[in-house]
Amino acid sequence: MNTMSIAKKQTPILSIRSLSTQFSTPAGVLKAVQDVSLDVMPGECVGIVGESGSGKSVCFASVMGLIKPPGEIAAGEVLFDGIDLRKLSPEAMRRIRGKHIAMTMQDALTALNPAMTIQQQLLEVILAHDEDIARQSYWDHKRLAQARAIEVLALVGIPSAQTRLKDYPHQFSGGMRQRIMIAIALACKPHLLIADEPTTALDVTIQAQVLKLIASLRRKLGMSMVLITHDLGVVAEQCDRVVVMYAGQVVESGLTAQVIGAPKHPYTRGLLRATPRVEDLSAPVRPIPGTVPNLINFPAQCHFYSRCTVRSDACLEAIALTRNADGSEVRCIHIEEN
Amino acid sequence: MNAPLLRVEGLVKHFERPRSLAQRLTGEKRSVVHAVNGVTLEIQRGETLGLIGESGCGKSTLGRSILRLIEPSSGHAVFDGQNLSAMGASQMMRMRARLQIIFQDPYASLNPRKSIREIVSLPLHLHGSGSAEDNNAQVEQLLERVGFRPDQFDRYPHQFSGGQRQRIGIARALVSRPALVVCDEPVSALDVSIKAQILELLGELKVEFNLTYIFISHDIAAVGHLADRIAVMYLGEIVEIGNTMDIMTNPQHPYTQALLSAVPRLVPNTARTRTVLSGDLPSPLNPPSGCKFHTRCPVAMPECAVLSPRLNPLKLAAAHSVACLRSDTHA
Repeated sequence: MNTMSIAKKQTPILSIRSLSTQFSTPAGVLKAVQDVSLDVMPGECVGIVGESGSGKSVCFASVMGLIKPPGEIAAGEVLFDGIDLRKLSPEAMRRIRGKHIAMTMQDALTALNPAMTIQQQLLEVILAHDEDIARQSYWDHKRLAQARAIEVLALVGIPSAQTRLKDYPHQFSGGMRQRIMIAIALACKPHLLIADEPTTALDVTIQAQVLKLIASLRRKLGMSMVLITHDLGVVAEQCDRVVVMYAGQVVESGLTAQVIGAPKHPYTRGLLRATPRVEDLSAPVRPIPGTVPNLINFPAQCHFYSRCTVRSDACLEAIALTRNADGSEVRCIHIEEN
Repeated sequence: MNAPLLRVEGLVKHFERPRSLAQRLTGEKRSVVHAVNGVTLEIQRGETLGLIGESGCGKSTLGRSILRLIEPSSGHAVFDGQNLSAMGASQMMRMRARLQIIFQDPYASLNPRKSIREIVSLPLHLHGSGSAEDNNAQVEQLLERVGFRPDQFDRYPHQFSGGQRQRIGIARALVSRPALVVCDEPVSALDVSIKAQILELLGELKVEFNLTYIFISHDIAAVGHLADRIAVMYLGEIVEIGNTMDIMTNPQHPYTQALLSAVPRLVPNTARTRTVLSGDLPSPLNPPSGCKFHTRCPVAMPECAVLSPRLNPLKLAAAHSVACLRSDTHA
């Protein structure tokens, strides 16, 4: 049996079905995520690409059960290993969050608690989720948890982890803080890591270090990953598949090489043309005119209509996501003309 | 060749850290942050010089020291034949009409209590000599040029998006008709599609207003597209400077090579060797001896820890200078 047929039989570790998340505002309802469906296979790395306001972060905050009023999940299912996370009690969800699914936030300085040492923050996660350690006597579990904390800090490449446990977040550089957040996320060996813009705040040299680290940890732990980013270069280098989001909707998805090499949706094409490339300095950088529309009380039409170069009157109706034979998806009725 | 628009010579900026009472009583020396350490460069009229490097390498401090927004510790900048460092406050004030800056953070650099018309007309009140009507006409013309509708002129910064705020910052910098504009990370806070809009606008305005740019950014691809020449900084020093094409396609300094190889590329599955630098930037409080890059350099030799390389032109390309003991440069 070849690996291809094994892969086909696998069931997704995470399956988002028709998820819609909305926020009630005084001006009306803001549909931040509209009918988003996507799968993450075991061991796979899926890139979620989109600009501010595309709904990519809200989508995965919904997966983690982190949406608070005035936000609410209006519809849809989030299946993790076959269990619908939305039907779980808060207590049951708390046992999954951090243990089976972990998430790292964009801004490591605000995501870490400035008044707690990194040891306290790591032990909190380990003691809350690791039953083997929590079962031990008081003295033993402290010691074992600390050993685990040192182990994960060393794993993410923090030099002299033992002595740095007692340090506070502000005593670390930006790249080191990002590593600490990854260490906290990995402390319980999750099956799925959701990394929200893990390298956006970092310099390219440090970004290369963190991405190399994430890739090697993924191989070592056999972890699945969702990489949320606006940087197409990062996606091109890290992800097996990519999902492009615009104004709350999935507009295109497929294998990374296909989406980046032969983009179909006008937004994906615009995004690629707007990205300056170091490998081809002579290629002109062409901006996408206009801005992302305000999604409050947005009419049922193509969301990219106002900025699109191939639009027609037919685009003023709701556009469905078409699934192609090869599994790729695109939300546009003018593909042939492109 | 014409005289350069700006000549910076041996510019140094050291920040001294205050001492605690105990340190003062024991007579301990002040610790000094070496932010900019002897930078010399020239910028020709109409040129765009890109300044790249990691956070903390001193590129923003250099940009601000040239404009004397931060008073340099030593060295001087000569702008259009006049020594900026020797100028008194009122003379420098008049000079500022011709030396402007666009800031990184479009949220923090605009006064939230002034309408965009007031924000953009302030430089004209300070520097302009025209009548109020003339000034207002100029402001409106420029706001329209950078992409605002007349009904938006009396709105406040919080009513605009990040990209629009950056346009306000650009209009404010250009309204006094400067010759030199320091762009300090002008697109770093913006989304991809908006970033491209601002880069395009900056390129067009450069031609229309006959500008010279110092373009400071850690976004190497953006600098590569906009700059004519690029200077690479590391720990307060320029380690390599040359034409954009030479720097991007034939980098000589190991630091430039590592920096360029770390930029993610869009072409997937291209086999290339990536030099991943280990560790962070060393502290500028206590910079390494000799070549400052030797602690992270993949090809360091024992003498790199002792000898400080000088920035010298390459023997094969005089317009391309490198500060590395391994490079074949003129002594």
